[in-house]
Amino acid sequence: MPAPRRPRLAVWKFASCDGCQLSVLDCEDELLALADRVEIANFREASSAVLDGPYDLSLVEGSITTAEDARRIKEVRAESRVLVTIGACATAGGIQSLRNFANVDEFRRIVYARPEYIEILATSTPIADHVPVDFELRGCPISKAQLLEVIAAFLQDRTPNTPNESVCIECKRRGNVCVVVAKGTPCLGPVTQAGCGAICPAFHRGCYGCFGPQGSPNIPSILEHLAARGMSGPEVRRVFRTFNSLAPAFRTAGDRAGAEER
Amino acid sequence: MTERTISVDYLARVEGEGALTVRIRGQEVDDVQLRIFEPPRFFEAFLRGRSYLEAPDITARICGICPVAYQMSSCHALERALGMEVGGPIRELRRLLYCGEWIESHALHIYLLHAPDFLGYPDAVHLAKDHPEAVRHGLELKKAGNHLMQVVGGREIHPVNVRIGGFYRCPTVDELGALRPELERALALAEETVRFAAALDFPDIEEDYEFVALRNEREYPMNEGEVASNRGLRVPMHQFEDVFEEVHVAHSTALHSVRRGAGSYLVGPLARYALNHDRLPPRARSAANEAGLGGTVRNPYRSIVVRAVEVVFACEEALRLLDHYRPPAAPFVEPPPTFRATEGSAITEAPRGMLYHRYRLNDGGLIEAAKIVAPTSQNQKRIEDDLRHLVERSLALDDASLTDACERAIRNHDPCISCSTHFLSLDITRS
Repeated sequence: MPAPRRPRLAVWKFASCDGCQLSVLDCEDELLALADRVEIANFREASSAVLDGPYDLSLVEGSITTAEDARRIKEVRAESRVLVTIGACATAGGIQSLRNFANVDEFRRIVYARPEYIEILATSTPIADHVPVDFELRGCPISKAQLLEVIAAFLQDRTPNTPNESVCIECKRRGNVCVVVAKGTPCLGPVTQAGCGAICPAFHRGCYGCFGPQGSPNIPSILEHLAARGMSGPEVRRVFRTFNSLAPAFRTAGDRAGAEER
Repeated sequence: MTERTISVDYLARVEGEGALTVRIRGQEVDDVQLRIFEPPRFFEAFLRGRSYLEAPDITARICGICPVAYQMSSCHALERALGMEVGGPIRELRRLLYCGEWIESHALHIYLLHAPDFLGYPDAVHLAKDHPEAVRHGLELKKAGNHLMQVVGGREIHPVNVRIGGFYRCPTVDELGALRPELERALALAEETVRFAAALDFPDIEEDYEFVALRNEREYPMNEGEVASNRGLRVPMHQFEDVFEEVHVAHSTALHSVRRGAGSYLVGPLARYALNHDRLPPRARSAANEAGLGGTVRNPYRSIVVRAVEVVFACEEALRLLDHYRPPAAPFVEPPPTFRATEGSAITEAPRGMLYHRYRLNDGGLIEAAKIVAPTSQNQKRIEDDLRHLVERSLALDDASLTDACERAIRNHDPCISCSTHFLSLDITRS
């Protein structure tokens, strides 16, 4: 009896740092087993062998910043049975979406000697603004464990178990001393989604929100907390406008912190 | 007269999105373009108005493969701007963190991206079917580098523990000591990697490179030194922009880094090795000798062996740093509470070569200007020179073989295209 066909995996890149797709290769203990379970059909960073679509599972890294990419993501969607976005760029526009709050022509002039050569959109936007997305995996970068869980869930035809609770829950579970209580350090843990392992508090640092907002963040409360611990309006605005500035709750927080300053 | 065009629309097994076009007219190579279509992300623009304290976390996001390089160059540039001296155990810990990144990044390139070219496979997964041990060794080595980054930096991609002045929290002696068995095993695997790489078949090619790297009096360079070249250049790192410039080349819309009054140059493992092999510690030096490397390697294909020697160095150096580690009294040096408007620059050695950062700050600590010159942007013109020479001597090959050969020649230099996009254009003029 012939072996059943393995599901075909594709990994796609848009505007990004490559870190989230690198997370696939960083699964050193699991990579070869994964390659037995799925056929790695299109993963340019890792292989020069490319199989045509359709693909059973597409992992999409990066945000949409050019007209060409806005067209290309539609092709990727059309070729993909399941499309999962990975990382802050793909799910919330990424650090490059800071251009959305500025004048992109000025950005072009600052960086490039010949700005007229640079063809880009005025905004950096998440993949879900352009095509339907089946699942969004958060993080800047994503967690390897959560990535494996998403792939395993897909293979088993179930919903991934990636809780949208706060970093505080994860921090307590890890047994960290709370940096807010012990040292008065400003911390985004209460409004940020778990998944990183609460590493910043474990290293005596306040969470800076790289996994984006948790399921039910209390924005007015966190704004009060940050102000009470000495952060100025512009500092609060900047901390929300960093890696997940287009995630709705963080966008609201950044806008409010900005408005209060004026 | 016949015309041929060799083109690769999407380079595989490199980080980021790049393409290649070669135009051949008769027996002449008309044009060679290593093109970048990775969309620009405007880091130098949106850093304006951000606090200097944010630069290490923000610039790390330029590259998921070498985030520590961005953190190190930004910290050193800003500490210089602020007149901060960071030495002792904090300096040593930074070097230890960098060792983790060199191990991880080089192991990735050697086994997952580069070795498949020599052995005739499209990727490491296919390579593993016939050479399972080699690929397992590569993954184990890479994991050891990543683990070191987790312990010192918090995580391997975009570490959270680096800040201006040092670290948020320094590891304990026990935490570092626990890494010893894994790093000893990694050192043995790295020596095995040198033997594996040295036994590959190399085309008999030498290029006349101007090698540029940091060099200092004490050690194989990471975060300190002067900028030196094999053609007699020696300047303080802060004079980088006086010596090198980005120029607009007529045939391309891309800017290329060149040495003023000279031309293309090469940064990265071949350059570091050529200028610093006398600084290698004993086991790295004997690994290089056993592999027959000599003092200078001009064959770009042999860069895989030099990367492997640098992995031996990084493992050996990490073990030395573990053994001598005593936690500092405070995890970071406090930046001055107030200061005047200021400016500072620095270079550190990313796995792919020199990474230059310069910042100008206002008296409130906000960044007014930032300039970042990544290794791949410095190497781009030199990679095109390699390609031109390759095509000139390979005109007899059919298009498919020539295309493969060009892709291999690019991968020799481990280009990291995600990093280079701050200056490269998208809009390509075609004839």
